[in-house]
Amino acid sequence: MYILIAGGGKVGANLAKSVLDLGHEVTLIEQRRDRWERLEEEFEHRAQLGDATELFVLERAGIARPPDLVVAVTGDDEDNIVICQMAREHYGVEKVIARVNDPRNQPLFDLTGITPTVSATSIILAMIEHEVPEHGLIHLLELRKENLEIVEVQLDADSPSVGKQVSRIQLPAGSRLITVMRDGQAQMAEGEIELRAGDQVLAVLEPGKEEELRKVLLRKGG
Amino acid sequence: MALELDRTGWEVTAIDENEDALQRLGEHWSGGFVVGHGMDVDVLREAGIEEADAVVVATNGDNTNLVVGQVAQKQFDIQTTIVRVLDPARAKVYASLGLRTISPTSTAIDFLTEAVRKSEQSPERVEARG
Repeated sequence: MYILIAGGGKVGANLAKSVLDLGHEVTLIEQRRDRWERLEEEFEHRAQLGDATELFVLERAGIARPPDLVVAVTGDDEDNIVICQMAREHYGVEKVIARVNDPRNQPLFDLTGITPTVSATSIILAMIEHEVPEHGLIHLLELRKENLEIVEVQLDADSPSVGKQVSRIQLPAGSRLITVMRDGQAQMAEGEIELRAGDQVLAVLEPGKEEELRKVLLRKGG
Repeated sequence: MALELDRTGWEVTAIDENEDALQRLGEHWSGGFVVGHGMDVDVLREAGIEEADAVVVATNGDNTNLVVGQVAQKQFDIQTTIVRVLDPARAKVYASLGLRTISPTSTAIDFLTEAVRKSEQSPERVEARG
């Protein structure tokens, strides 16, 4: 694969190293001269100096081929958005990945259709949530394009769904149970399965239905 | 730009990260002023973007302008969204993507080229002035 990486900071440089080791062809673009000089020692001609939001810089890096993948990991969210947009819309790059530096900018990536995005803050937050689930729902995966998410729910003895068969549970519209994990074994959440305390249930749902699902599976009140 | 629009009878609200920018608008500034970043949707709302007839994005960052311009156009559905982009190449790409971009650099280049072309046609005038 030919991969173009915009941004040669810690993330970009390490990423370039890793994908090179995997045997891919890489070009790394860095704007700051001091950084680029260090990168050039390691990556030689694969490190190019320039502002990756300028067309001639992108073209010099082979954007018109086009690359199989463009990864925008600069420290500026607006730059990452513009790089990905131009790569996709103007040069026909099929796959782009963008880094979100400030999670408050995530809606801007959504608005401009830049997906997938990677945000260190969101990843760490998700890990914290996984360790300390606040609402009883653990977010496992967000399928942005499909407008769905997958969550894990741990049932305890007080859960209203315990003792009921899956088919008898009135799930909110736009949600489904996928699997039930019991004693280290996962089984598909078929209608006849009766939920028990201690079960870990995987559910797929539309974003925004978390509260309804939580009430049905975990608690009667608010 | 804000001053000119204000003078010609528009109701104008300016957004700037820097509070000092208000002073540049002069003591007779009667329009609104919001301190904040244009990429912040809450700041745009506070400035009344939802009721705006036109949005002009002209910070000194091309990419910031391109993103904010798309927010105004796509999220708030402002038909008259004008985006300043210094880099002519980027301005052209985004114009082809449906954003109304203005590149002062292109305008200056056109203007200067035209001036040179004219002086070529009448060298004596240049001489007379020189």
